[in-house]
Amino acid sequence: MSTPSPRVSRRHLLVGALGLAGATALAGCGSFGRDARVREWNLFGGGDGARLLQIHDKFVAEHNDIAFEAHTLAWGPPFYTKLAMSAAGGRAPEVATLHLSRLKGFSPSTMLDPIPVDLLAKAGITEQDFLPETWRKCHVDGRLYAVPLDQHPFVLYYNTDICEKAGLLGPDGRIKPVKGVDAFFEMLRAVKDVTGKFAASVETTNPWRIWWTLYGQLGGAFFDESGQEFVLDDNKALEALQLMAKLSADGLTPKSSDYPALVAQFTNGDAGLSFNGEWEVTTYQTAKLPFSMAPFPVVYDVPKFAGDAHTFVMPHQAARSDEDTAATVEYIAWMLKNSADWAAGGHIPAYQPVVESREYLELKPQAEYRSVAPDVLFDPDAWFSGSGAQLQNEAGAAFAGVFSGRTTPRQALDQFKAATRKLLDTPSPV
Amino acid sequence: MAVQTPARPRTKPSTHEPPRSGPPWTERWGGLFFVAPFGLFFLFFLLWPTLAGLWNSFFNTSLAGVKQEFLGLANWRELFGDPAVWDSLKNTLVFTAMSTPPLVLIALVMALLANRRGVFGWFLRFAYFAPFVLPATVITLIWVWIYQPGFGLVNGLLTAGGFAEIDWLNAENRAMLAVVITTVWWTVGFNFLLYLAALQGIPAQVYEAASIDGANGRQTLFRITLPLLGRTTGLIVVLQLVASLKIFDQIYLMTDGGPNYATRPIIQYIYESGFTSYRIGYASAVSYLFFAIIVIVSVAQFKLFGGRKEARR
Repeated sequence: MSTPSPRVSRRHLLVGALGLAGATALAGCGSFGRDARVREWNLFGGGDGARLLQIHDKFVAEHNDIAFEAHTLAWGPPFYTKLAMSAAGGRAPEVATLHLSRLKGFSPSTMLDPIPVDLLAKAGITEQDFLPETWRKCHVDGRLYAVPLDQHPFVLYYNTDICEKAGLLGPDGRIKPVKGVDAFFEMLRAVKDVTGKFAASVETTNPWRIWWTLYGQLGGAFFDESGQEFVLDDNKALEALQLMAKLSADGLTPKSSDYPALVAQFTNGDAGLSFNGEWEVTTYQTAKLPFSMAPFPVVYDVPKFAGDAHTFVMPHQAARSDEDTAATVEYIAWMLKNSADWAAGGHIPAYQPVVESREYLELKPQAEYRSVAPDVLFDPDAWFSGSGAQLQNEAGAAFAGVFSGRTTPRQALDQFKAATRKLLDTPSPV
Repeated sequence: MAVQTPARPRTKPSTHEPPRSGPPWTERWGGLFFVAPFGLFFLFFLLWPTLAGLWNSFFNTSLAGVKQEFLGLANWRELFGDPAVWDSLKNTLVFTAMSTPPLVLIALVMALLANRRGVFGWFLRFAYFAPFVLPATVITLIWVWIYQPGFGLVNGLLTAGGFAEIDWLNAENRAMLAVVITTVWWTVGFNFLLYLAALQGIPAQVYEAASIDGANGRQTLFRITLPLLGRTTGLIVVLQLVASLKIFDQIYLMTDGGPNYATRPIIQYIYESGFTSYRIGYASAVSYLFFAIIVIVSVAQFKLFGGRKEARR
């Protein structure tokens, strides 16, 4: 990968056109004058992480003029802490993954470098390739700070054997969509009758995703139109919490189960359904489980599904080399164009040409829930919000008691609101 | 033995120079060169960050690198009105109170058992110390599965015995106990080793004399062995208190401070304020509060410990 390639490529022209690589590029000595360096940090430790390594191997094989290094760090606060410290010190890697919902909380002006839109366009990636709402969210103060790789909604996994016995499958072998609270509970009871244990597995120790989905389906808001005023709707929030309390009180979900237990309960057939993000596909495929996936039921009125998007960002470097930047943009563009491979790990590609490709549409069950992409409900826009951030922790602390029966929905809501107020009153560090 | 003449110059005395007293500078300051490497580490990695932390606690220093402003005592005022500080401090003290006595007593019992020169002595010594060698990540991985409802080892045994399952890690009133059990199993080996060394340091003649005087096993234990282990016990209690107050890793990995913050120790709150929420200034103020508490506990211990030494003389 360190041998300079003699071929003249699009990247070469791109670099040359910008006059960044000057004489070297014009002399045609290599695509990147010297070995351009791209170090990538990501947080994919699960089934999707294994998939990423395979995709990276392919990237390296096709780019012998880029010195590429990828590092997988522990998900959540450990990852964001390290990334923030490296960026604050100006010694960050060239590119990193970041949850779109955390973009504003990550202090883009100090910790990220804007992504050169012109370079991106030359690499074939433009605004038209993305869902408008997602693309808009990647901008802060009119500058592009993130390029979305995927969307990852809260979905429904179902065990096809169990659901067939429960009479929930249509003639095409897919689960029949249900709508409304009653139909939802009927479906769950039918599954529980078959498994004899639970209907669905869900992470009760941090139920933010299911609550945010239900609350969103009720049309609940977090901030008002201006994005400043905290306007949580008590009645809607309670309605969602009461539904969660009923799920566990009726024995349809466990009273207490953390993330590993959620996966285990679905794998060993204690639960015929599972409510979770879509990223465990690889785990269940490896376990040779008879399963498929579908959008999470529209339990209330509005089709909304808690979710987020993984994006590529360029963390701040004190002295970013133009060569490395060009190579980084090439990496980002290449990853988007090859995101059908990434979609195999469960995530819905953000790059629309791939979403429409046959390669993706033939992926089963990964293409079964792609319709929800425009209805993905991002976490509220606040510095303390986003995947693994403080707001989700506070919700987990307050709402877990609703499943275990320790607290009433009212107490849980009061605790969550008090914690949110405290976060809102805390001076923003970004 | 020859009597040394004081302040005698080693070189030939000169009328111009006053006679030099003491050893030359290489001897007087030479020691500094030997401690210099450690001294530099101490300066750069302990003293300077400690002072920088105090400095930061008066600013709204952010990990995100935004411009910082002088806040005076605002962080400190916020800290005293922040229930999360006091709750997590209480959790830390509860953990310390729950974990220290078993960690000292069980270590002592283990050492007394393993000190016997039976066939199994070597096996006990190995078995008691083995868990301490494992890293926190491995320990917590093992114990989280052991505690799982549905398929965990403990609940499996309970249900096999006809008892109801216990939700160890997700019940507010039980999670701390679960962490304490794990911690005791994991770290008791170190205290055990200290006790074992002390036991082996008690001269055999003392026991011989006792048996000649007709002391029975009970009298030997309470009148000879335990009193002679007194100083070791003091040392173990001090080390254990400080170690327990600094609890972080196994709680972070096993419960992440939950459920509902019932196990979150103060260090985790400092970590969350400073790193998850980027508020380095505020986190510095909280760490200074905690620093003060550890110093107070250590000084109190030192006084008690020192007092006993005086009394024995």
